[in-house]
Amino acid sequence: MAHVDRQAWDVVVVGAGGAGLRAAIEAREAGMRTAVICKSLFGKAHTVMAEGGIAASMGNANEHDNWQVHFRDTMRGGKFLNHWRMAELHAREAPDRVWELETWGALFDRTADGRISQRNFGGHEYPRLAHVGDRTGLELIRTLQQKIVALQQEDEGELGAYDARLKVFQECTVTRVLKDGDRVSGAFCYERESGRFFVLEAPAVVLATGGIGKSFKVTSNSWEYTGDGHALALLAGAPLINMEFVQFHPTGMVWPPSVKGILVTESVRGDGGVLRNSDGKRFMFDYIPDVFKEKYAETEEEGDGWYEDPERHRRPPELLPRDEVARAINAEVKAGRGSPHGGVYLDVSTRMPAEVITRRLPSMHHQFKELADVDITAEPMEVGPTCHYVMGGVEVDPDTAAATGVPGLFAAGEVAGGMHGSNRLGGNSLSDLLVFGRRAGLHAAEYAASLDRRPAVDPVQIDAAEAEALRPFSAEDAGQDAGHETGPAENPYTLHQELQQAMNDLVGIIRKESEMFEALKRLAELRVRARRAGVEGHRQYNPGWHLSLDLRNMLLVSECVARAALEREESRGGHTRDDHPAMDRGWRNINLVCEVAHPQGEARTADPALGQIRLSRRETPPIRRDLLELFEKDELAKYLTDEELSR
Amino acid sequence: MATGTEPSSHTGATGVHTASRAAIPARHLRTDRWWLAPACTAAGLLAFIVYSTWRAFANADYYHAPYVSPFYSPCLAENCHTMRGGPNWEIFGSWWGLSPALLILIFPLGFRLTCYYYRKAYYRGFWASPPACAVAEPHKKYTGETRFPLILQNIHRYFFYFAVLVAGVLTYDTALTFRDEHYAWGHMGLGTLIFLVNIVLIWAYTVSCHSCRHIVGGRLKHFSKHPVRYRLWGWIGKLNERHMLLAWSSLVSVAVADFYVFLLASGAFPDPRFF
Amino acid sequence: MSVSQEEQRSGVYQAHFRVWRGDEHAGDLADFTVEVHEGEVVLDIVHRLQATQAPDLAVRWNCKAGKCGSCSAEINGRPRLMCMTRMSVFDRTETITITPMRAFPVVRDLVTDVSFNYAKAREIPAFVPPAELAPGEYRMQQEDVGRSQEFRKCIECFLCQDTCHVVRDHEENKAAFAGPRFLMRIAELDMHPLDAAPDSGIDRKATAQDEHGLGYCNITKCCTEVCPEHIKITDNALIPLKERAADRKYDPLVWLGNKIRRRGE
Repeated sequence: MAHVDRQAWDVVVVGAGGAGLRAAIEAREAGMRTAVICKSLFGKAHTVMAEGGIAASMGNANEHDNWQVHFRDTMRGGKFLNHWRMAELHAREAPDRVWELETWGALFDRTADGRISQRNFGGHEYPRLAHVGDRTGLELIRTLQQKIVALQQEDEGELGAYDARLKVFQECTVTRVLKDGDRVSGAFCYERESGRFFVLEAPAVVLATGGIGKSFKVTSNSWEYTGDGHALALLAGAPLINMEFVQFHPTGMVWPPSVKGILVTESVRGDGGVLRNSDGKRFMFDYIPDVFKEKYAETEEEGDGWYEDPERHRRPPELLPRDEVARAINAEVKAGRGSPHGGVYLDVSTRMPAEVITRRLPSMHHQFKELADVDITAEPMEVGPTCHYVMGGVEVDPDTAAATGVPGLFAAGEVAGGMHGSNRLGGNSLSDLLVFGRRAGLHAAEYAASLDRRPAVDPVQIDAAEAEALRPFSAEDAGQDAGHETGPAENPYTLHQELQQAMNDLVGIIRKESEMFEALKRLAELRVRARRAGVEGHRQYNPGWHLSLDLRNMLLVSECVARAALEREESRGGHTRDDHPAMDRGWRNINLVCEVAHPQGEARTADPALGQIRLSRRETPPIRRDLLELFEKDELAKYLTDEELSR
Repeated sequence: MATGTEPSSHTGATGVHTASRAAIPARHLRTDRWWLAPACTAAGLLAFIVYSTWRAFANADYYHAPYVSPFYSPCLAENCHTMRGGPNWEIFGSWWGLSPALLILIFPLGFRLTCYYYRKAYYRGFWASPPACAVAEPHKKYTGETRFPLILQNIHRYFFYFAVLVAGVLTYDTALTFRDEHYAWGHMGLGTLIFLVNIVLIWAYTVSCHSCRHIVGGRLKHFSKHPVRYRLWGWIGKLNERHMLLAWSSLVSVAVADFYVFLLASGAFPDPRFF
Repeated sequence: MSVSQEEQRSGVYQAHFRVWRGDEHAGDLADFTVEVHEGEVVLDIVHRLQATQAPDLAVRWNCKAGKCGSCSAEINGRPRLMCMTRMSVFDRTETITITPMRAFPVVRDLVTDVSFNYAKAREIPAFVPPAELAPGEYRMQQEDVGRSQEFRKCIECFLCQDTCHVVRDHEENKAAFAGPRFLMRIAELDMHPLDAAPDSGIDRKATAQDEHGLGYCNITKCCTEVCPEHIKITDNALIPLKERAADRKYDPLVWLGNKIRRRGE
């Protein structure tokens, strides 16, 4: 029976990255008692890894910039698959969200007249990214963290306890969202330190858990990125969309092996860095796709001129959207023109004086010096694509961030889908976190306040969640009592490595039908074996146990990626099919929707081939007319079908 | 673990052996020669203390025209050696019977004793508080600079003001070394060179002081409203990064200058003259 | 080719480790022999131990790129980030000892309870926005934000808090002393060009001394030595803060000046 600790809150935010903290601040300021729950220590979230900046059309560096231009860039970057309303809200609200940070103590780099400095980035027409050197994510997370502390100080003054209205449960993990009928009623959690289970009862749960990168071998993501929120939403009955779109950042470190995948910020290119192959050639000029031909320079002279005089030059192709650059690097390496360790060269050393490099890219300089023994002021870096971001996620209402079909469930940030379409522009994630984090917090608070009766927590669900979470400790016995699960206990670390290898090799940057069938087969096998994932030791701070629990999520999410990628027979943004290399206008307004096949209880599958995920197609709503009019007809014709255009 | 957890208090064993901490019997696990730096610091400082005590109390062999030992400048009692044009002002009159060095050395001593670098050096080297990073210190209690007498370290800036005056006098002394032993101007010997090096180092050390950096610009909230002070602050900051180096080299140079005067005055050899 | 030649060629070798394992009640250094590959850092080795020999070995980590400050521990007795300590700095025959941070209560294995730091963070009054400026109206010059920006590079790895002998060697000082990280936070706010704390009656300089234990610091610079972000904590934050406190409390000239100016206003 449910003997676990239960606490009542109004809003529970899962995840303490940029979106989670911004949501918590908003919910608390709306008067709701808010709990934040995060897997790591408070202030360590993956957001700190964001380097380049926050995209917001403040127009400080170029007065022509405005939300319409930002909207246009975002839609182009996402190849028009974005939910237009999300892209619109994002572009409109981003500047306010950045300015608000300043009032909480953030210190961005400045322009000469004392405003927030803005830098260039791939896919953005004007310098748009508010930044602090190349550690913008850290500044963002620290500012939000300190704002939370400020609110707690207020509560301490007023109510005598820091935690009275806003509490951070750090190093705790949610394994299930609990429901009362179709409504959210709370979250089932465990504390890493003690292994103790507890339930947070709340009518509103905001998912802000980030991405899924840890399902891939080469990734810039940290261990937390196991798709928890994606899986929690699925298991709670909410659909995911666009899961086939996974962004491979073009520039990750490739050497030494232990740091393979760690990000090299796009600002390196934004500030003048160039990509060269082993022949010393700036190969990006050969990879400008037709849809972008008019916007990018054709010669090195023209591209170089742009840094100084953007009005009269087109931008260099190194600053194409990330999917284009990643594919180009992949192709160069495959053609045998790669660097010794299987990447290409990214060079700033011949482009800027050493002093400028260390000032503008301090953490890159530090990272290469300390981890690879490379002095980027004197020699080029070796870089290659790394799994960086998932565009897909929980399907949400653009204005309220409410998940489809599950009242009380909200999602914001990387875990939410739709905003970025098929490919996210650099700098748009930090602004996404702030814009939709705030909206999720606000609407979760409104929803919680609007209920006359709090949904009840069902003890049966608590018991089931507890049993599920404890299964890894009795894995070796599982063979005896359940007929279809025989075999020795599996090492969760081995399972994880095999999963990462499979996803990397078979559903990676370039995809083929046959490989994805193979991937689904391997996922099915892993799923069976994962049920026998066993751990040694006890519940207190046991990483093997935590990984066993995370495997469920990674397997669910990986299946979504593989199934959706198999279904979408075209190449677009973060989804490239070797067997369907062209973009197909017919696919533009199709979202692929993933739902669990067996919503009742846990996803048991006697027949692995059937899988856990049911895939369906959904047509997206047409783009509002005034937004369409922001584009030239010719450009729209590249993306929209004739029928859509004539509407 | 919620952030609400308060720091816990403990009884019994203290420091790294406090009950709640990881049970590791060793006071530290460093495998490098961590003791080398504090040992060298202590040895260096001790050597200077022995030398300067001897010289300060000696009350002899501190003047050889045109050189006056920096330990005895300015010379403020009646019992001073007569220095023509030199810094002997009989402020203390005839009642002072001890070495006149003691009257003036208090100021450079106080400046260096309260200096942020020397504090680190002797807290580590002599007091083992701590001996090195992550090496447990031997003391049961520690109150740092919160109470008397160490709270007086906060008056460093006053010693800085005096140190500027003393450095001024030593600059004057250095100017006087451009005379020969008959007080004729326009000459230079080996001593002149030693004095020049010394005064440059003394000034560099004095100006690179943390208090100086604070007074010049560090205390400002808006550098942009004080461009000149901002630039000065930047320069001093650059020097300040080498404060330790300057502290040691000026300490050595002042001892060398004094020893050189001692050698001349005690007749060990005549000052090699350049012109 | 012999095994050792093979190892030489590929850069793979077997290393000896001693890792502290235990909890708040008891614990000991456990010996391991583990494979090391070229270019690896200590955290890679800990992960290999988890995957092959000790699946329940508790360790805290996140980004593995020196940006989050989670994997703080003590390696051969020195406080360091495991992800930024390359194996190549050690001799191949050397036994490498890893322990949890020794200034904080241990939770399990390499994980410590760092809640002391979060409690201290709450005691420092937050940034006070200037009442007269709306969002978007903030104007600050780069040279005015530079100092505080240096301090905001802090990744809160708490290695400075761990190495600082004031609390490491004297548990009883934890109540009175905020530690270098949070004294630096006070300096950051005091140097923030638009912090309006004085208008709301907060004197950060004086409270640093009176409430957060600035006087306990004897500027022995271990915080600066261990900082993985190379922030000059002592020279740029703690000493300037001491000087600012001295302005307030130990400088009669400044005191008199302020008195006269206040009367003039």
